[in-house]
Amino acid sequence: MQTFDLATRGLRELNQTLHALRGTTNETAWEIVNAKGSHAIAVGVDAPLDITVRGSTGYYCAGMNKQATIRIDGNAGPGVAENMMSGRVIIEGDASQYAGATGRGGLLVIKGNASSRCGISMKGIDIVVHGSIGHMSAFMAQSGNMVVLGDAGDALGDSLYEARLFVRGSVKSLGADCIEKEMRPAHLAMLAELLERGEAGHKAKPEEFRRYGSARKLYTFNVDNAAAY
Amino acid sequence: MCGIVGLFIKDKTLEPQLGALLAEMLVTMTDRGPDSAGIAIYGGADDGIAKITVQSVQPDVDFASLAADLGAAIGVAVSLRRKSSHAVLEMPMDQLDAARAALSALRPDVKVMSAGDNLEIYKEVGLPKDVASRFEIAQMSGTHGIGHTRMATESAVTTMGAHPFSTGPDQCLVHNGSLSNHNSLRRTLVREGMTFETQNDSEVAAAYLTQKMKEGANLGEAMEASLSDLDGFFTFVVGTKDGFGVVRDPIACKPAVMAETDQYVAFGSEYRAMVNLPGIETARVWEPEPATVYFWNH
Repeated sequence: MQTFDLATRGLRELNQTLHALRGTTNETAWEIVNAKGSHAIAVGVDAPLDITVRGSTGYYCAGMNKQATIRIDGNAGPGVAENMMSGRVIIEGDASQYAGATGRGGLLVIKGNASSRCGISMKGIDIVVHGSIGHMSAFMAQSGNMVVLGDAGDALGDSLYEARLFVRGSVKSLGADCIEKEMRPAHLAMLAELLERGEAGHKAKPEEFRRYGSARKLYTFNVDNAAAY
Repeated sequence: MCGIVGLFIKDKTLEPQLGALLAEMLVTMTDRGPDSAGIAIYGGADDGIAKITVQSVQPDVDFASLAADLGAAIGVAVSLRRKSSHAVLEMPMDQLDAARAALSALRPDVKVMSAGDNLEIYKEVGLPKDVASRFEIAQMSGTHGIGHTRMATESAVTTMGAHPFSTGPDQCLVHNGSLSNHNSLRRTLVREGMTFETQNDSEVAAAYLTQKMKEGANLGEAMEASLSDLDGFFTFVVGTKDGFGVVRDPIACKPAVMAETDQYVAFGSEYRAMVNLPGIETARVWEPEPATVYFWNH
């Protein structure tokens, strides 16, 4: 286990150190201490590392992550795991706005609540939120899966493309072109697997969720729908 | 962008540290806005003494005989405590309105930063650390306070364009965001008798709340009303004589984090601002919900 003290060595050295591990390394276990809400912690990692950040993080922690498992032992600020490509990001506390935005792959797990715009424009990432999510979540979400054990705020899945949304609790309102859809056996199987990977298998059963998706009336242009655009 | 902070002390033993804690919080937010900075501190007790915080671009000239001149004009003793470009004038509470009138006649170029029973506001162009040390904020005690570091978007970078804005007795506001209907709202408020120092959108928000409270609303009700009447992006932190409030617009894209312990309620644009507060590790930390009013009273 390598320990990196952000208070004494600074952010630039941290990210350079982690980036240098790309390729071959046996220094795979890292602990980052004194996070203290700093921005851009462990951004752009591209190696199969196992990183634990002690304390809460500021903007963009674990952004663009590839391969690494990054665990935040605290709350995460805005834009956590933004544009993640692969790997896992696990937040023990809450996440601020636009968690997992534009994520293309990998798994984001938020054990507390996520605030507004969670999964905005997601493009393949899987997001599992143990708590609730705020308004405008999954806005223009293109692909990937979002699983919410709690409730969803206003305008869930507005202008949704092909991402699948699973919510166990209430949905305050659905956004434009987002509708509830039938939960088929394939979805239940997928959900069971997502809950398991999202460290939530013991907290919820697939049958307790409802599925939401795109009505496909907005993004495939049809002149009869012109009034809805 | 802008950075805003606030601290509302619940445990009296922490009051002597208010200025030091708040200044440190604000300095941490420096990179959210380096144009200008300001801090409002609610100090003093209900002692019948009024305070007017004033600012001058030529303090040596303006403040030289100000206490004596003002005292002579209103017929009571007035004291003056100077801090750099600012000074705090003190007089009996029942002479506050007379003192303000006399002040504008005697020193028309001197700006009033705040007036009331226990509020002092210090703000200038420059970095938070420079503004905080220039006005010795760290030495100040108090019950609650708010601070702001500005990245100007809506009006000029001037002392008067810095936050906090005070538009009523013991009231002040800091704002992160931008309002889009401030010009029309300003015209309405002017018709209702409010006066403005700047073209700044945030001053309009402050004046709006003042007007609502003048009409009988409490702080919470005034902030509730702002949600329907103000158009734009905002996270506001507001101070009154004994209260402290937070409200965000329904979109809530301007960041806000709060922390509460038995000793205090704290606000920061980012969690970073609060990392050195006592007991933060075990504080309840949360983000204020959009379009939801939060306020605390002593």
